Amino acid sequence: MLATITCGAASLAIAACGGGSSGSSPGTPSGGGGGGGGGSAASGGSGKGPIVIGASISQTGDFSSDGNFVKQAYQLWADQVNAQGGLLGRKVEMKFVNDASSTQQVVTNYQTLISSDHANLVFGPFSSLLTIPSSEIASRYGYAFVEPAGGSQQVFTRGLHNVFEAEPQAGYKDMTVFGHWLLSLPAGQRPKTAAYVSEQDPFIGPEVEALKSVLQAGGVKTVYDQTYPIENPDYSPLALAISNTKADVAALGVNIPDGTAFTKDFIQQNYNPKAVIYANGPDQGTSWVNKVGQNNLNGMTAPIAWLPQLSTYGNKQMVAGYLKKYGGNAAGMSGDVAEAYSVGQVIQQAVEAAHSVSNAAIIKQLHSMSFKTVQGNFGFNKLGEPTGSLFLGQWVNHKWVRVYPPAAAQAKPIYPKPAWGQG
Amino acid sequence: MNLSLLFGALVLGLLTGGVYGVMASGLSLTFGVMRIINVGHAALVITGAFISYEVFRHLHLDPFAGLVITMPLMFVIGVVLEVLFIRPLKTDREELSVLVTWALALALEGVLGYFFGTDLVQTTVSYGNSTFVVGGVHIAYVYIYGFLLAVAAMAALAALLYRTNLGAAIRATMLNRQAAQLIGIDVERVSAISFGIGAALAGVGGTVYGIVNAFNPDSHYDLIGHLLVIVVLGGVGSMRGAFLAALLIICIQDITQVMISPDWADLSFFVVLTIMLVVRPQGFFGVRVREAT
Repeated sequence: MLATITCGAASLAIAACGGGSSGSSPGTPSGGGGGGGGGSAASGGSGKGPIVIGASISQTGDFSSDGNFVKQAYQLWADQVNAQGGLLGRKVEMKFVNDASSTQQVVTNYQTLISSDHANLVFGPFSSLLTIPSSEIASRYGYAFVEPAGGSQQVFTRGLHNVFEAEPQAGYKDMTVFGHWLLSLPAGQRPKTAAYVSEQDPFIGPEVEALKSVLQAGGVKTVYDQTYPIENPDYSPLALAISNTKADVAALGVNIPDGTAFTKDFIQQNYNPKAVIYANGPDQGTSWVNKVGQNNLNGMTAPIAWLPQLSTYGNKQMVAGYLKKYGGNAAGMSGDVAEAYSVGQVIQQAVEAAHSVSNAAIIKQLHSMSFKTVQGNFGFNKLGEPTGSLFLGQWVNHKWVRVYPPAAAQAKPIYPKPAWGQG
Repeated sequence: MNLSLLFGALVLGLLTGGVYGVMASGLSLTFGVMRIINVGHAALVITGAFISYEVFRHLHLDPFAGLVITMPLMFVIGVVLEVLFIRPLKTDREELSVLVTWALALALEGVLGYFFGTDLVQTTVSYGNSTFVVGGVHIAYVYIYGFLLAVAAMAALAALLYRTNLGAAIRATMLNRQAAQLIGIDVERVSAISFGIGAALAGVGGTVYGIVNAFNPDSHYDLIGHLLVIVVLGGVGSMRGAFLAALLIICIQDITQVMISPDWADLSFFVVLTIMLVVRPQGFFGVRVREAT
């Protein structure tokens, strides 16, 4: 029995580690192959029936919180397109499958969506972790792969020509805006030390590294720099170690669960950095505010591309539609919704420009056009990286606003951050 | 060496380890009594966290006080699950139980997701950030409360096992299920009650887990590997062993995380497990037995 338990413990621990990344082939593709468009679906088909768009969604697992927002946004976009007469006059039909945040399952899902379900188009999953292996499948079948949140450098450096991240700036550069802001402060006010901690995630890790490069080049000394396994169930010891450094800046490569845990631990340890940035979290509306508490918000920063009150293309329509369909309030909407909705907007414009749902034609348009989205306007370079830029968001007087660069600022940034509980 | 940091990690490890100890002792109990490997135990912990969260949210009852609702409810859930899904396993219980309880974990995750959604929640109590200082380290009261609760739960479990007739029946069943049956103990009833107690202890652990961590229905994946290692280290079927193993291993993990690197913290878990399997395969308090074939 002991052997069985031990074996179980080991295998579960390995399973909990996420199963590792997988670019391995899930099976032999049927027909087509290469980059030429595998079969009639990839070439758009000739039918007048609905345009079927497949998407793998993380309804369970580590990304389930974000996955839910992605699904909501994809469906909202499809509903609104259908309400306006469809895409090229054809109804849009979304087909969702759950990948459980698994790199293996997401590969299987896109294989099935493309080769068995014959989806005309596919939308990407959440995270670089899932985008990297699944985009290989889409590439093999010649499908355009516009995705909401795969911003790791690795997404764009594999020689694929079908992957496009629907954000104004490639995700791996997101946190650098925070560094540029700090270095823009008068010399006497600039922070002197910084602590960096990050999940072992192909998306978030490079973001923190890029920020560190900017700050180090600006003379900010690194006093702590660690990564931790994504499935770490206890962040208190790490927070204790960071607090012990008394660094002026805390840079956290986190998602909501670890971000809230670090915040609570910093509060408990009475550690008040002059500036703190989260890769994700403060921009996530009520799902963040309810966990960290209203009076700890002011001064928290995160990179942002979108706000509910922006007058960007289709933003008003998206926000109104989202609140009508799913409830809540505008301030509580997640940035994931805008990112995923932008995927639909980008594809819609590419399809309309191509006058076709042929994936080859769509990919050609994606490489050559500029797109209008709820997150602003941007195009893609030859690697599929978006060519726009991000802003720094900060909680100021209990409102989530843009504070940098100055030309786009809605409020003056807070520096230094007020002590926990006093903002 | 930063002694203040080392002290802080040690204190955190002990306090957190106590909570893991309660979770793991429930798991060890079901191992011991039923000879099954309940890989769904962490899903029960998360179920307990959700019940505690809902009791706190709707009845405005402090989560520690809310245990008067959470524990009995978890006990009933445990008994029902045992009767419906574990009891029908008549042969190859050890192997089949892994599959059945894993299926149960996935089912529980699905049910929780259906009712509560996949968004992360946390039981945010008013005293969640209150601390006191010892040796330069800020210690949150909530960790102290969690640890005291864990000790109280373990004491209650020990009293049940060693001071009641039911406890005697449970211990007899743990020692030898067939012999217990021969002397008239209703082992199926004992099994159901034991599974219920294990679930109730999971509810205790889940209550504290939900106060100190944000969680959602699939948070159980992060827990189960650790719990199984703790049970093996402590000695399969030994509640005392599970508790002490949890204290030890979480301390080692936290100190490794702080003094060396978080990358090595999880590995330290399995290094200790490997050493134990080589040196003392039955765990701290396990007994090497030769079963009839």
